[in-house]
Amino acid sequence: MELELKNLYDDFRDADTIKAFARIIKEDAKKLKNPINIMEVCGGHTHTIMKFGIPQLLPANIKFIHGPGCPVCIMPKERIDHAYVLSMQENVILVTLGDMIKVPGSNGSLQDARSKGADVRFVYSPLECLKIAKENPDAKVIFFAIGFETTTPMTAALLDAVIKQDVKNVFLHINHVTVPEVMKELIDSRDIHVDSYNNKIDAFLGPSHVSVISGSKIYEEFPRDYNRPVVVTGFEPVDVMQGISMIVKQFIEDRCELEIEYKRLVTYDGNKKAQELTEKFFEKGDLFKWRGLGNIPDSGLKLKAEFAQYDAEVIYKEILPLQEIEDHKLCICGDILRGMASPPECTIFGTACKPTSPIGSCMVSSEGACAAYYKYGNLI
Amino acid sequence: MCLSIPSKVVKIDKELNMATVDTMGVQRNASLDLMAEDDIKLGDYVLLHIGFIMNKIDEEDALLSIETYKEIIELMNEEDRQMAILEDDECPNRGA
Repeated sequence: MELELKNLYDDFRDADTIKAFARIIKEDAKKLKNPINIMEVCGGHTHTIMKFGIPQLLPANIKFIHGPGCPVCIMPKERIDHAYVLSMQENVILVTLGDMIKVPGSNGSLQDARSKGADVRFVYSPLECLKIAKENPDAKVIFFAIGFETTTPMTAALLDAVIKQDVKNVFLHINHVTVPEVMKELIDSRDIHVDSYNNKIDAFLGPSHVSVISGSKIYEEFPRDYNRPVVVTGFEPVDVMQGISMIVKQFIEDRCELEIEYKRLVTYDGNKKAQELTEKFFEKGDLFKWRGLGNIPDSGLKLKAEFAQYDAEVIYKEILPLQEIEDHKLCICGDILRGMASPPECTIFGTACKPTSPIGSCMVSSEGACAAYYKYGNLI
Repeated sequence: MCLSIPSKVVKIDKELNMATVDTMGVQRNASLDLMAEDDIKLGDYVLLHIGFIMNKIDEEDALLSIETYKEIIELMNEEDRQMAILEDDECPNRGA
């Protein structure tokens, strides 16, 4: 058989294969000593799980905890306010990825800034900044960079091109965060709460595309030091079912390992060229405040000091607001992300907080747990 | 944000370090900046994300997965068939 593009869609979404895995999981789950809670770290997985009604296919002793892996959802209001203030500056074109369009800060979203006359542009690719900068030589083009390990190399590639092409009017505001640190935070934070079954993460479905870049090696410590299996899993529904099946098999065989289900794209070492680009321009920041979770040490990246001339946070230091902003009092996104609550338990879910008017982090993007429940909740 | 799409490389522009990829009939350009030189060839299947090729899809692994899934389904079908025969044997109306 020769591989065709069609296989990569159809065969990994095939209903019979999904059903077959459901049966295998059900049989295996009968041998589990205890129920297991699997955290799918990545919002892409949350979306697939909800869209394809995967919880319906699983036995009662396997549950999901929806993780914080949605870069738009975790963006705190403080950072949105930075973007808002920058966009309001004279002669600034603020550029960011389309997902950021409606994330509310304390003054409103970037969409609101645009309606007030700010030049905010939503792009598909960071490289579009080069074209915008060349077409507007008198403007300062500021790229508001977001995302996990998946998108950091793309921002690095943009800066690499800016330097090589000697483009003088592109600057970066960096909001890149890293996955292992938040996973550790979620495991550790469990200990400060009542140790009920609900807030226990037993295993992780490892993110797909973070791992394409970083390799599976970044999760080694979880089975080794935290006794949590990790199975790096693809985004298609068959991938997710196979990933769950692999986790269940680890439990019934009394193993605790790092495994890759998504072998067609993920290796242990990952994409070396992308990692080198990231390392060339970025270093660890002190901490990053995650919306709904608070400050997490070592979880954010910043530009190295030698690239300060491109760093919007350095250049515009005087005008960027510094005050901390509390999350909405009624929003329970923090608890949802820790696996202690599910979206329907929130008093403002679906009423005051909806995808069209999100209040909490999990409702902001279609990859957030609340948005996925709102859209597909009738399936579970 | 992250739902990257498998695509097929249909053109490579070495000078610009860009490729044209086909995603189920839709063609678009993607940067090769994250890929090692000469790593990507015409006809390769790749993963595309925010305008960049992130990685090449390993055809052998993809095919192996697909084969495994087919075997699982066949095995299930066989089990179902066996189950049907057994159920039929146990049918109280048998021979009635």
